[in-house]
Amino acid sequence: MEWSVMILKITEGLWESVKIFTLTLIFSLPLGLLVAFGRMSKNWILRNFIRIYISIMRGTPLILQLMVIYFGPFYIFNITLPKGYRFFAVIIGFVINYAAYFAEIYRGGIESIPIGQYEAAKVLGYSKSQTFIKIILPQVIRRILPAVTNEVITLIKDTSLAFAISYSEMFTVAKAIAAAQTNMTAFIIAGIYYYIFNFIVAYIMEWIEKKLSYYR
Amino acid sequence: MNLLEIRNLKKSFGALEVIKGISLNVEEGKVVSIIGPSGSGKSTLLRCATLLETIDSGELIYLGEYAVTTDKDGKAVYASKAQLKKIQSYFGLVFQNFNLFPHYSVIKNVTDALITVQKKPKEEAMEIGRELLKKVGLSDKENAYPYQLSGGQQQRVSIARALALNPKILFFDEPTSALDPELTGEILNVIKELAAEKMTMVIVTHEMSFARDVSDYVIFMDNGVIVEEGSPSQVINNPKNERTKAFLSRFDR
Repeated sequence: MEWSVMILKITEGLWESVKIFTLTLIFSLPLGLLVAFGRMSKNWILRNFIRIYISIMRGTPLILQLMVIYFGPFYIFNITLPKGYRFFAVIIGFVINYAAYFAEIYRGGIESIPIGQYEAAKVLGYSKSQTFIKIILPQVIRRILPAVTNEVITLIKDTSLAFAISYSEMFTVAKAIAAAQTNMTAFIIAGIYYYIFNFIVAYIMEWIEKKLSYYR
Repeated sequence: MNLLEIRNLKKSFGALEVIKGISLNVEEGKVVSIIGPSGSGKSTLLRCATLLETIDSGELIYLGEYAVTTDKDGKAVYASKAQLKKIQSYFGLVFQNFNLFPHYSVIKNVTDALITVQKKPKEEAMEIGRELLKKVGLSDKENAYPYQLSGGQQQRVSIARALALNPKILFFDEPTSALDPELTGEILNVIKELAAEKMTMVIVTHEMSFARDVSDYVIFMDNGVIVEEGSPSQVINNPKNERTKAFLSRFDR
């Protein structure tokens, strides 16, 4: 295989990894906030349902979760899903797994805001939603950013787990080329790509962190 | 006219009865100070009056409008949400530890509720905010963030923030307790100025000489009840009750 062809194929794989990464963040960041609300809900049933969900998501490997989501409909319910389901299975798996982790980060952040902030807002007449959106959430985001950065960087590397259900993201592509060529070249190229990807994301997160550090 | 009437207010935390039936009236333009040892229930009383704590029994009336009434069984019944929201706008509260919004600049701390809650146009809110910052002597700190200010300055911002909404009655919950002694003066001066302008205020404080100078009426609380009340010269200078005397003997008057 020519170099240019190999790089092109791996770059196509990278594009798929970026897609998984981006879609996972777009859906799991807001979903995680909703899950966090559920986890802190006064409703006993909802709170414990969410607690079990988070426990399962954190207590079993993501690779296994992907398998269940992809193969489950057929082997458990005997439903045949269209060919494009593979991609949806990847996104569903990543989103519900990462939402669970983000939820716990949000919860920690929300619970760390002093009660005086809520009381000050209440006395000033802010509604509950105004208080959360204007007073609490901005402070939460700033506090949780380092923890979120950690998860985001882990996510970049986790996209390779889509390999488990043969979704042709970068790692899957590199593995196939390496096996065909019986050498490491494709893995090294993929490794460099992962590193650059990470480097850019870490840089962006650091920039956001700096932007938000105008107060203490 | 009474801006605030509290009638037979009771409040327990679990089995512990913190306020055991307190009544007091606050007339328009008057300054009422509440003094007493720690744990006497004075802060809890203030938090009940400002709707931060739910009372068990008793009545709470602002400007003749009921925030809380008591039913036949003696249980507190709160007014509708809309009514409470309206009553909420009658009072302001200055906290012991300021509770400024750390992510907002000084001017935004003062003006945001005007814009968000009272829906005033931004220009008008800014005008009100700047005027109040001038009043508390912080015009030059408009764009600073709370962490850049001293405790005394932060507390002055929080007074301006409370005043911005133009409350009829302003509560202070130990406004100088979190401050170094040399910074308390600047807060007390601001409050004295407000008293001179006939702002109606209820102040929980440990500053006895200040309470004597600024108040029209002083209440000494201990163990959840009012032990002694009256003019400052009566309560602070010539206390009759033994508990009041014992408490005040620890202060230089």
